[in-house]
Amino acid sequence: MTGVIVEVPSVATESAVTPAVQRWRAEVFVSLKPVVNDPQGLAVRDGLHMLGYAEVDAVRAGKYIQLWLDAASRGEAEARVAEMCERLLANPVIEQFDFRVSESPANSQHGETER
Amino acid sequence: MRFAVISFPGSNGDHDALMAVEMGLGQPVEPVWYRETDLSRFDVLLIPGGFSYGDYLRAGAIARFAPVMESVARFAADGGPVLGICNGFQVLTEAGLLPGALLRNASLKFNSSWVRLRVENTDTAWTEGLRLDETLRLPIAHGEGRYFADPETLKRLEARGQVVFRYVDARGEATPEGNPNGSVDNIAGVSNERGNVVGLMPHPERAFEPLIGGDDGLKILSAVLRAGVATAVGGL
Repeated sequence: MTGVIVEVPSVATESAVTPAVQRWRAEVFVSLKPVVNDPQGLAVRDGLHMLGYAEVDAVRAGKYIQLWLDAASRGEAEARVAEMCERLLANPVIEQFDFRVSESPANSQHGETER
Repeated sequence: MRFAVISFPGSNGDHDALMAVEMGLGQPVEPVWYRETDLSRFDVLLIPGGFSYGDYLRAGAIARFAPVMESVARFAADGGPVLGICNGFQVLTEAGLLPGALLRNASLKFNSSWVRLRVENTDTAWTEGLRLDETLRLPIAHGEGRYFADPETLKRLEARGQVVFRYVDARGEATPEGNPNGSVDNIAGVSNERGNVVGLMPHPERAFEPLIGGDDGLKILSAVLRAGVATAVGGL
């Protein structure tokens, strides 16, 4: 977007003054770093082999965390979630993380912010 | 010396620690609830075992944010002796006061048994007066005690003598047979660079009297009394 000049209509200017806060859903995936031995994954792999899934070469077990947050933009939401991962959700000594952020679907449990 | 035993919701080794200090060492000791922030009346901090905050997310991950932890970090930075036992060790690694991390046991099983440890460095607040290569018999009780640090960190720890205790077999050798949880290089306990903060998975406070199975734990708990002069925090 840098370098692109856009003629801003007056309505948009208004919303730029008070950016609309939006509800986002982040899905965070935490897993052990490849260098860290994962006995849980090995046990699951052995279980799959016992069930006859001989094609399974490797299993790594990890954590899946969902969180709902308010942010003015996707970029802001992503920056905040990355910080949360580094500071708490994952332990950088042993774990790595990945996440994706999407607009939160309207649902009663985690309702949209009022507009 | 005045001892503090820090309790979090879910700690369960706190009373063992209180009893070991009182009966085993004959020193004054007080339980300190995780909401407290003033540690100025203490000379020594013990962070006991248990399952603080149910081990949610990762063992020790939530306890790290308890109000008392900021004071613990300051106490440690001022050179005060801090010992983290089992879950206390996990809390100290999560708080960044000790290097490395503790992972699920390689066996995937909770292991409650007696193990042998070899003293690898006598130059810490918690091994003062012990003999180098001396073996201690202590109980363990944990499901997540597999010590891990990346190879670069390990090299640094070894070079600086921060590996304080190693699991050994009956012959005193650091073999896989002597390793109860798959810890890298049989590491059972480490210290910070200064040597005033030590963490270990085995429980010295559950071995302060032959009647309960052994008293080798007293050698670790009492080390701080011998090291006292060197590490005393004076004004604190």
